[in-house]
Amino acid sequence: MTPSLLATAYIGAGVLFIMSLKGLSHPETARRGNLFGAIGMIVAVLAVAIQVGLATSPLVIGSILVAALIGAVVAARVSMTAMPQLVAILHSFVGAAAVLVGLSNHLQPAISLVGAEATIHDVETVLGVFIGSLTFTGSVVAWGKLQGVIHSKPLLLPGRHLLNLAMLVACVWLGVIFVGTGVQAMPALLAITVVSGVIGIHLVMAIGGADMPVVVSMLNSYSGWAASAAGFMLSNDLLIITGALVGSSGAILSYIMCKAMNRSFVSVILGGFGVEEGTAPVGGAIMEGEMIATTADEVVELLREAQSVIIVPGYGMAVAQAQHPVRAIVDVLRSRGTLVRFAIHPVAGRLPGHMNVLLAEANLPYDIVLEMDEINEDFEKTDVVLVIGANDIVNPSALDDPSSPIAGMPVLPVWEAESCIVFKRGRGAGYAGVENPLFFKNRTRMMYGDAKSSVDAILELLKVGADPGVPAVAAAR
Amino acid sequence: MRVGVPRETLPGERRVAATPDSVKKLVKLGFDVTIEQDAGLAAGFDDASYAAAGATLADRAGTWSSDIIAKVRPPGDDEVDRLTAGQTIISYLYPAFNTDLVGKMSARGVSALGMDQVPRITRAQKVDALSSMGNLSGYRAVIEAVNVMQRPLRGQSTAAGKIHPCRVLVIGAGVAGLAAIGAARALGAIVRAFDTRPAVKDQVTSMGAEFLEVQIDEDGSGTGGYAKEMSPAFIAAEMALFAAQAREVDIIITTALIPGRRAPILITADMVASMKRGSVVVDLAAEQHGNCELTKAGEAVDVNGVTVIGYTDLPSRMAHQASNLYATNIVHLLAEMGGAEKFELSETNDIVRPMTVLKAGELLWPPPKPSGTPAHVTPHAAKAHLFSEEHGPPVFEKMTAFSRRSLILVGLCLFGIGLTAPPTFLTHFTVFVLACFIGYQVIWSVTPALHTPLMSVTNAISGIIVIGGMFQIGGGSAARILGIAAILLATINIAGGFLVTQRMLRMFHK
Repeated sequence: MTPSLLATAYIGAGVLFIMSLKGLSHPETARRGNLFGAIGMIVAVLAVAIQVGLATSPLVIGSILVAALIGAVVAARVSMTAMPQLVAILHSFVGAAAVLVGLSNHLQPAISLVGAEATIHDVETVLGVFIGSLTFTGSVVAWGKLQGVIHSKPLLLPGRHLLNLAMLVACVWLGVIFVGTGVQAMPALLAITVVSGVIGIHLVMAIGGADMPVVVSMLNSYSGWAASAAGFMLSNDLLIITGALVGSSGAILSYIMCKAMNRSFVSVILGGFGVEEGTAPVGGAIMEGEMIATTADEVVELLREAQSVIIVPGYGMAVAQAQHPVRAIVDVLRSRGTLVRFAIHPVAGRLPGHMNVLLAEANLPYDIVLEMDEINEDFEKTDVVLVIGANDIVNPSALDDPSSPIAGMPVLPVWEAESCIVFKRGRGAGYAGVENPLFFKNRTRMMYGDAKSSVDAILELLKVGADPGVPAVAAAR
Repeated sequence: MRVGVPRETLPGERRVAATPDSVKKLVKLGFDVTIEQDAGLAAGFDDASYAAAGATLADRAGTWSSDIIAKVRPPGDDEVDRLTAGQTIISYLYPAFNTDLVGKMSARGVSALGMDQVPRITRAQKVDALSSMGNLSGYRAVIEAVNVMQRPLRGQSTAAGKIHPCRVLVIGAGVAGLAAIGAARALGAIVRAFDTRPAVKDQVTSMGAEFLEVQIDEDGSGTGGYAKEMSPAFIAAEMALFAAQAREVDIIITTALIPGRRAPILITADMVASMKRGSVVVDLAAEQHGNCELTKAGEAVDVNGVTVIGYTDLPSRMAHQASNLYATNIVHLLAEMGGAEKFELSETNDIVRPMTVLKAGELLWPPPKPSGTPAHVTPHAAKAHLFSEEHGPPVFEKMTAFSRRSLILVGLCLFGIGLTAPPTFLTHFTVFVLACFIGYQVIWSVTPALHTPLMSVTNAISGIIVIGGMFQIGGGSAARILGIAAILLATINIAGGFLVTQRMLRMFHK
C-alpha cells in the first residue's frame, strides 16, 4: 500500500468518524451514524494492517479475533443499568493501550530524530504516557465506585491538593530527565507511568458518587487526549483527529454536566463535594413540617384522577431496576388517555443520558421523554408528579436557599404540581448529603421502600378495574 | 336592569338568544327578563316554558324598550329605529362589513357588543359564540353534504360489490373544520385537512384526519389565534394542492375566514369543474362571500352535477341546540359584565373590551391589537429560547476580561510554537486544532438523550489507538509484546463500544 493510499484511508476513516458523531444528533439517524463509525474503524485497521504487513500475521489476527469476541460478549451481556461501569472500564482500556504504545514506541526508535524534533517527540511520549496512565487508573477506580467494589464516598486525604501538586511536579521533573538525558530514559518513563497512575487513583477516589457523570465524561475526554498524544508521537494524523474528536466530546459533556450542577469543573475534579454528609444541615436548612407517608392505593387513586402525570426518574430507579414496571404503569395510564411524560435532569443517573437509555430499554417512546428545559414550565400544570429514586435534582433549596451546598443548581420544580409522590428507600439525605425540603412540603407524599416493589404494587392496583372500591383493592389494603 | 330578547326577524333565522334554562340563570344574576311573544317557537321553546322560568312576555315594542337587548342576528333597519340612548345591544355585528349599521347605532347613542368580536383567549371561550356555532356548522356541513350525495361515506365490502369510502377534504382546521373532520370521520369517510397554521397539525391528526402540507415553509398563525394572509408563493402552492385534491375527493368543506376581510377564494370554478359528478362543496364562508368562486350565499347550486352549498343558516338548521349554546354564551357574557348589580362596559376587562363596538354611541372598534397568540399555538418559540441558553455552544458575543486574556494567551502560545517548532510538528498541530473545532461543533449538535450512546461510541472510536499498537509489532520482542497487548485492549474497546452502542440505539423508538 502506498503512503498516499494510506493517507486517503485515514481521511475516509476520519470523515466517517465525524459523520458517526453527527448522526447522534437525532435518534433516527443515530444507528446509521454508529454504522459509519464501525466502517471507518474497519477501513483504518485494514489499511494499517496491510501497510505494516500484518494482514496475514496469525498472532495479530488471532488476538484481534479474541478481543473482538470478548468485546462482543461483554456488549451483549451488560445490563443497561451497568452502562456507567462498562463505559468506565472501556476508558481504562484506551488509557492502558496508550501507555503500552508509548512504552513500546520508546523501546524501538524507528526513526532517529535530532534537535527540536527529538525533543518534541520525547515530550509527546511523556504526555501520552502521563495522560494514558492517569486515564487507566482513574477509570478503574471509577469503575470500582460505580460497581460498588469501592465505597462511593469521597476519600479525602489530608493535604490532598498539596499531594496532587507534588506528584505533578514529580512527573514534570521525571519528564525533564527523560527528555534531557536519554541514559535513564526508560526508568524515568516507567516512573512517570506509576506516579501519574497514582494521581489518577487519588483524583477519582476523592470524588463522590453523585459527581460520577462528570468524572466519567472527564475520563472520556482524557482517553481521547491520550489517543491524540499517541498520534503526535507516531506522527499519525488519524490518531490525532480521532483523539481530538473524542477529547472534545468528553470535554463538552463534562461542561454540560458541571453546568447542570452549577459547579465549576475544577471544583468537581479536585473533589471533596458532599463533605457535610452526616453532619447537621447548614444555615437555614432546618426542616419544618413533617414527611407524610402514603400507600400504594392512595397513589393509585391520585393517578386515576390525574389528567397529566410527569415521572422524574433518578439513579434509584436504575438501582432498583424499576424501569420495566414503570413502563407498564405508563402504558396503563396512556391507554386511559392520561398525558404521561418523563422529565430528565441532565445529571440524573451516573452517566450523561443514562436515564434515556434505561427508559429506551424499557421500550418507552423517546418522544415522551423530555429534557429539563423542555418540561420545566409544565410542572405547575401537572396533576401528579412521581419522583422515582431522585433526590438532589428535585431539591427546592437549590433555588431558594443560598446557603445550601447545591444552591444555584438547576432543578426540576416538582413541587409546583398538584401533588408529588416521592419514592424513596429510607429517610436519609441524597448523595450530595443535602436535606431536601421537598419531602416536607404540604403537597408531597412519601412512598417508602424499594422503588421496584412500590411501583409493582401500584401497577397491580392500577390494573384492577377502574373503581377503587372493588374487592381486589380492598383485599390489598 | 331588564334584558329583552326579541324574536329574530331575518327570514330563515330560527334561533333565539335566550332559552328557558338561560332565563333562569339570568334571573339568578339579578336581571328581569322580557321575551317577545313566540320568540323561541321556531327553536322549540314555547312561551309557557319561558314564563315558567321567570320571564315576562311582551310584544315587540315592550321587548325593545329593555335596558339590554340580546339577540342573534345584527339588528335590521326597523329594529335600529327602536333603539334609544342608554340601551345596550348584544348580537352579531360584523362591524367590518356593516359600517352603515354601526353608524346608525352610533347616532342613536347606544352601546353595542359584537358576539362575533369575542377575543381568542382561553378565558373567553365560554362567551365565544363563533366557536359554539362553528362547532355546529362543521357538523351540519357534513350532514348537508351527505344529504345530497348519492352514496354513503363509509366503505364496505358486500356480496353485491364493494362500497368505496368517501374522501373528504376540509380546508381550515378551526372549530368548524375540526367539527367537520370529526363528523365525517364518524360517518366513515377518509378525511384530509389543510390549514396554513402548522400548529393545528396535531389537532387535525388527533381527530383522525391526514394533515396536508405544501412544501413551503411559512407559518400562517396570525395574531389572536387566527390565520393571516399568506405570501403569493404560498397561495400558488396551496392552490395547486387544492386543484389536485379536487379531482380526487367527493366532498370539500371550506371554512377559511380571515377576520374583517372577504373570505379568500380557494376553490375556483375550474376546480369545481374537475370534480366528479355527484360531488359536493360545502362553503362555510358563504356569508363572507365564500371560499368557492361559485358559491351563492344561502343557496345550493348545481354546477354540472357538482352541488355547491352556500347555506348561511347551518346553525339555525339546528336551532334548538344552537339557541341553547348561544344563550349560554350570552349568560356568561352578562355575568362577565358584572350581572345586574354591577353591570358596566368595562374598558379594562379583556373579554368585554374587545367586544365593545360602541359605548354610548362612541366608536371603540377596532380594539387595540391582541398581544401574542394563545399560549398553545406557540410552544416552540419559548422552548427554542430556553434551549439555546442551556444546550447550544456558549455564545461568544460578550467578551469577558477572562476570555480576552485567554485569547491573548492563546495568541502568545501560537507565536511561541511558530518560533520554535519544526514544520512536521506544525502539520500535525494544524490537524489537531482543526479536529478539536470539528469535534466541538459536532458534539454540540448531539441531543442530550443520546449522551450515553455518545460516550460509548466515542469510546469505540478512541479504540483507534489499535493502529498505534500495530505499528509497534515490527520492533523488538519487548515492543512486540507491548504492541500485542495494546491491540488486544483496544480491540475489546472497539468491538464492545460499537456493539453496545448499536444495542442501545436499537432501543430508542418513537
